[in-house]
Amino acid sequence: MEAYLDNSATTRCSACAKDLMVRILTEDYGNPSSLHNKGKEAEDYIRTAREQIARTLKIDGRELVFTSGGTESNNMALIGGTLANRRNGRHIITTGIEHASVLAPLDYLKELGYEITYLSVDENGQISLDELREAVREDTVLVSIMMVNNEIGALEPVEAAAKLIKEKNPGTLFHVDAIQAYGKFRIYPKKWGIDLMSVSGHKIHAPKGTGFLYIADKVKVKPVIYGGGQQKGLRSGTENVPGVAALGAAAEEAYEDFESKTERLYALRERLIRGVTEIGGVTVNGRTDRDCAPHIVNISIRDVRSEVMLHSLEEYGIYVSAGSACSSNKPAPSRTLQEIGLPKSAVASAIRISFCAETTEEEVDYAVEKMKEIIPFRRKFVRK
Amino acid sequence: MYRSFLIKYAEIAIKGKNRYLFEDALVGQIIHALKKVDGKFRVRKEQGRIYVDTEGEYDYDEVVGALKCVFGIVGICPVVLIEDEGFDRLVEEVLSYVDKVYPDKHFTFKVNARRARKNYPMESMEINAKLGEKILEAFPETRVDVHHPDVVFNVEIRNQINIYSVIVPGPGGMPVGTNGKAMLLLSGGIDSPVAGYMIAKRGVAIDATYFHAPPYTSERAKQKVVDLAKIVARYSGPINLHIVNFTDIQLYIYEQCPHEELTIIMRRYMMKLAEHFAKENKCLGLITGESIGQVASQTMQSLAATNEVCTIPVYRPLIGFDKQEIVEVSEKIGAYETSILPYEDCCTIFVAKHPVTKPSLNVIHNDEKKLEEKIDALMQEAIDTTEVIRIEG
Repeated sequence: MEAYLDNSATTRCSACAKDLMVRILTEDYGNPSSLHNKGKEAEDYIRTAREQIARTLKIDGRELVFTSGGTESNNMALIGGTLANRRNGRHIITTGIEHASVLAPLDYLKELGYEITYLSVDENGQISLDELREAVREDTVLVSIMMVNNEIGALEPVEAAAKLIKEKNPGTLFHVDAIQAYGKFRIYPKKWGIDLMSVSGHKIHAPKGTGFLYIADKVKVKPVIYGGGQQKGLRSGTENVPGVAALGAAAEEAYEDFESKTERLYALRERLIRGVTEIGGVTVNGRTDRDCAPHIVNISIRDVRSEVMLHSLEEYGIYVSAGSACSSNKPAPSRTLQEIGLPKSAVASAIRISFCAETTEEEVDYAVEKMKEIIPFRRKFVRK
Repeated sequence: MYRSFLIKYAEIAIKGKNRYLFEDALVGQIIHALKKVDGKFRVRKEQGRIYVDTEGEYDYDEVVGALKCVFGIVGICPVVLIEDEGFDRLVEEVLSYVDKVYPDKHFTFKVNARRARKNYPMESMEINAKLGEKILEAFPETRVDVHHPDVVFNVEIRNQINIYSVIVPGPGGMPVGTNGKAMLLLSGGIDSPVAGYMIAKRGVAIDATYFHAPPYTSERAKQKVVDLAKIVARYSGPINLHIVNFTDIQLYIYEQCPHEELTIIMRRYMMKLAEHFAKENKCLGLITGESIGQVASQTMQSLAATNEVCTIPVYRPLIGFDKQEIVEVSEKIGAYETSILPYEDCCTIFVAKHPVTKPSLNVIHNDEKKLEEKIDALMQEAIDTTEVIRIEG
């Protein structure tokens, strides 16, 4: 049996997204910038995708810029948003548990002279709105807060944050990294007052190399990629038509039967937590109720290092994550887990299990069963 | 502009009656190295010289790069070969050579003629003087300096005439295959690939053994070792890499023996396994990257303890090297970047906080008795399940 439980790292491309891509790659392969009919046909695919996504967010399709994925969207929002609004100040607020694709562009802005405030989080990874209120200043140009943390699934109060930020400083831009949240929560950026929002395609069964940035009407963003002026000059480069069309289809699918899918995911999460906590010395990092993402569970297993657990499960065809996949290029203790105050030993023994709509109860039970076998065995062999 | 490369080799020229064996091995290694390079090449041996002739298009840097990995080569000289059509013609060719190879004429030079074909009408000294004169006449910015010239124009009169001035240093050493074969204990670290390189440099072909310990070490750690073996194989030629699953042995030692002795006892069994594969593959010795005192398992006492189980010689070419010196060679051979990729290797998984640094053989022997029940079966299983991957250079 195989159980792919690493859906926060990436998901399998959906059949309908794949079929659409194949058709566009082999038949309707025109360049949307071409004047002829084949170009127009390609442009239609993009228009359709815009509409499909816009419906899920209750926005105008023209407020979307298609990118190569979450990292590019975050870079564009932070660097492009900050540089286009330089006159509003030189102060930026974020949290200590953001993804590297937020923290690294902010490091770059720090080099350019911006001051960055990192909000703390509680033991469940949630920020405090009071601390945020205190932090917003007259010269705060941008606030960036993730909606769902990629490692522990913590849910941040972005709707309330948006309101609070705008009350304190209407000129401050609010960016939300919704890469782990889109498709799992209903998100209404326009209604809530979010200015910029990043989404990645391959987390919702679209292919890798796809994503978008929502840029609210009238919000100014400087491009980070220059060239032929596609997408109103905001993101030059021939549009990834097959990818964009697949993203549109996947977005639509993500919000079909939304309530029942979400309910199923929470039920799976609770099932897994019940199962693993029966094994002694296994603790959940983050919340165990429903005030968090439905698809991510992070646990620490006393006396079994993350990689050992991961590779032990891999022998049974069970795939999980140690830390976040994107940061595995340079293994370092997880910043999120340190920020929520976990002791070193719990950080070193943390694994993340993440679901998607296709995940079954059998897969979860299989993983729990194998963990019940593996953990006591591995605990016999600890570094002394 | 070069159709040929003259290959210089020094050490192997002094090997008396065995000389042809060494030369043939070198020719073989050159042919092997050039297989990966686009283009048509012919390697020929002539009057105690080896030439690489090219036919059609080729990339100069690629050819030189490949030849720089061939042990036994001391220098690679891109050479212009001309037929003997009289001295005036030679002058023309030399002037054209100087002009093309040295666009900036502000240099000092001397001409170094060698008359291997004694029936040539002029003597070496005379050729030197006349050619020097002509070069000075044609390029007045140049100057002659017979003691410390910037450039030496070599003109060798043989069946054909060789003109060359550029000598790209080769790696030295002896052609691989002229000194038997040895088994390298290859980990994912910095030291062992360097050790393999250094022994290969002395003409020794290499096979390798790696100890894999899933789930404690990952597939990526194994991939890293394969990549390192490929880098060593660029110099040593093909390597048979033995991947031994060592987990069960390691866990058994963990259960039975004192924790401080785990690493030493483990290494003794690694040596035994490596020796098994060495003998199976007609290797005449083992190679390790050990250096005295680098870690607890490499003190004189620890080395003695691991050495004790071996019945064939263990070569430790880095024994007197400091870490920095090892790193320098690692960088030179292009292994460093790969070596420092952060994957755990099986020696560090259970390493004790305070491992023994002065193990006593008596104590070790006693503790190993605790393994008697299962160790033979586990060793046999490790041997039976070993995967062998052929790594082409």
